[in-house]
Amino acid sequence: MTFFILKRLGLAILVSLAVSAIAFFLLRISGDIAIAIAGEGARDIDIAAARQLHGLDRPLIVQYWVWLLQIFNGDFGQSIFFKSDVLSLVWAKLPVTLLLGVLSLAFALVISIPLGILAAVFANSWIDRLALSVAVVGQALPNFFFALVLIVLFSITLRWLPVSGSATWAHYIMPVIALGYYVAPAFMRLVRAGMIDVLSADYIRTARAKGLPAHIVIFKHALRNAVMPVVALTAVQLGYLLGGSVVIETIFALDGLGFLAYQSITHKDFPVIQAVVMLLSVLYVLLTLLGDIANAWLNPRLRIS
Amino acid sequence: MADTLLEVEGLSVDIKTGNGTLHTVRNISFSVKRGETLCLVGESGCGKSMTSLAIMDLLPKGAKRSARQLVFAGEDLTSKKADQFNVLRGNRMAMIFQEPMTALNPAYTIGDQLMEGYRRHKSAGIAEARDRAVFLLNKVGIAAADERFGQYPHQLSGGLRQRVMIAMALMCGPELLIADEPTTALDVTIQAQILRLLAELREELGIAIILITHDLGVVARIADQVAVMYAGEIVEQGRATDIFSDPRHPYTRGLIDCIPLPGKTTPGRKLGVIPGVVPSLIGEITGCTFRDRCAHAEAQCREPPPPRQVPHHSWRCILEDA
Repeated sequence: MTFFILKRLGLAILVSLAVSAIAFFLLRISGDIAIAIAGEGARDIDIAAARQLHGLDRPLIVQYWVWLLQIFNGDFGQSIFFKSDVLSLVWAKLPVTLLLGVLSLAFALVISIPLGILAAVFANSWIDRLALSVAVVGQALPNFFFALVLIVLFSITLRWLPVSGSATWAHYIMPVIALGYYVAPAFMRLVRAGMIDVLSADYIRTARAKGLPAHIVIFKHALRNAVMPVVALTAVQLGYLLGGSVVIETIFALDGLGFLAYQSITHKDFPVIQAVVMLLSVLYVLLTLLGDIANAWLNPRLRIS
Repeated sequence: MADTLLEVEGLSVDIKTGNGTLHTVRNISFSVKRGETLCLVGESGCGKSMTSLAIMDLLPKGAKRSARQLVFAGEDLTSKKADQFNVLRGNRMAMIFQEPMTALNPAYTIGDQLMEGYRRHKSAGIAEARDRAVFLLNKVGIAAADERFGQYPHQLSGGLRQRVMIAMALMCGPELLIADEPTTALDVTIQAQILRLLAELREELGIAIILITHDLGVVARIADQVAVMYAGEIVEQGRATDIFSDPRHPYTRGLIDCIPLPGKTTPGRKLGVIPGVVPSLIGEITGCTFRDRCAHAEAQCREPPPPRQVPHHSWRCILEDA
């Protein structure tokens, strides 16, 4: 198990490094940053000055190396648009996005696991078809459209919930539903498929032969085995949710990382974009690592070997 | 008949398929006395396993059981609801399955799986259940039972897992043990050990056993009573000694002729084979199911074969003695 964790940890570090390189070089490909910094109508001399000031005249690989070293010292540079320290800027927005991600994930799991179990236990019945319809709608609706539908329904027509902002818990309800419903179908399908598979296993018959009631057979014997791939997916989906939060936070003007990313992209604020991409990627990698470890712990065959 | 534990009369199992109804078990009757071993014998697909699953109420979805009578220890099983059956299952009637490699849940320790049924049925505490589990693990011949108790199924070999399954079935002290091909997936030495173990347990604990097998060698070692199944029906049943010494049904004959016996079978001579295949069990079958493969078949075999009987021995055939 220790070896397994160390191996995965090493892999996670390598992936993070690769992501940092991609985040850095992709941004350079997108255009001359010096022109963006110098601003509209800047003279050649201003651009040259900006280039020199930000070290953009040095070879790319050197720039990358310098940036990487700065990151390791906790220095993500200065925001061009917000004129403040990138790290403290990002740090301030992170809780909103994490809260949105975790709540959305919880919402997705709370609706998809029971639906998946019901669909599997009553496979091919009307319950199964109903659950499948819920999933298909969730997968087919783009989340920005679903978010707008929610706004029209709950904010404009019913006037129950605030449209935008992040001041109170009520501001989180619609974003959480919009984002959570978007990832729920994947969970539901996985739970359903896993449960159908597991319910026909020999050990389920053994459990029934012991005279255990249906709920113990389903929740103790079947779910525990069906849930392993769900744990792995959860980590991946949480990363996906963090990415998806760019759209949802922008729609609801929720003051988190996603909204920050949107703002910094429109203003070509490249230190902030790099920092956000880097942070979200590292979070994603960490979550995948956690998912792997949780999975290994759930599976005795991996845990004890 | 006071010592009859299980009385099965007119049991049928039907499975609805796309092409019609599959009659896997067709109107069979037998009984098992306390402390006795009944072997259900027959080739693959003859309905042996379905019979046992029907008794345990563990039939797969889509399979339907019907019976004129299904009485276990004086209790009518046909009228029991799922939760009422759960009181009997694993408690007074237990089952061992064919595949020891997959019959245990990979996510829980064998100790946990041993204890859960006992704790539920006997309302026992952990300490008591643990003592019982370790005692039974020892009893089924598992060395270092204390250590095995905390292990997961993947850490055990097939033979050990089948022993664990047997220990698990014995936890609540059942009156009836149904063993569905318990040794098929195991190698021959382990097979012999498991059979010996079952025989010992029967002697010691007075459990009635229904052993399902296609292996007549196994039957000869352990059976008191034998029921030979063919195409969903019992074609011959009786005391094991009578079945082996004086088989009456041509199918039973054919089966026994297929067994090579050291000393009796002439080297170089071909072993017996039963030509042909089992008829399709979809739809109604009238007359003798074996007639297409039988050397003695006559026009009369299209009619239902007459039941014939001598003491402790019955069969269904137009012939008194094949």
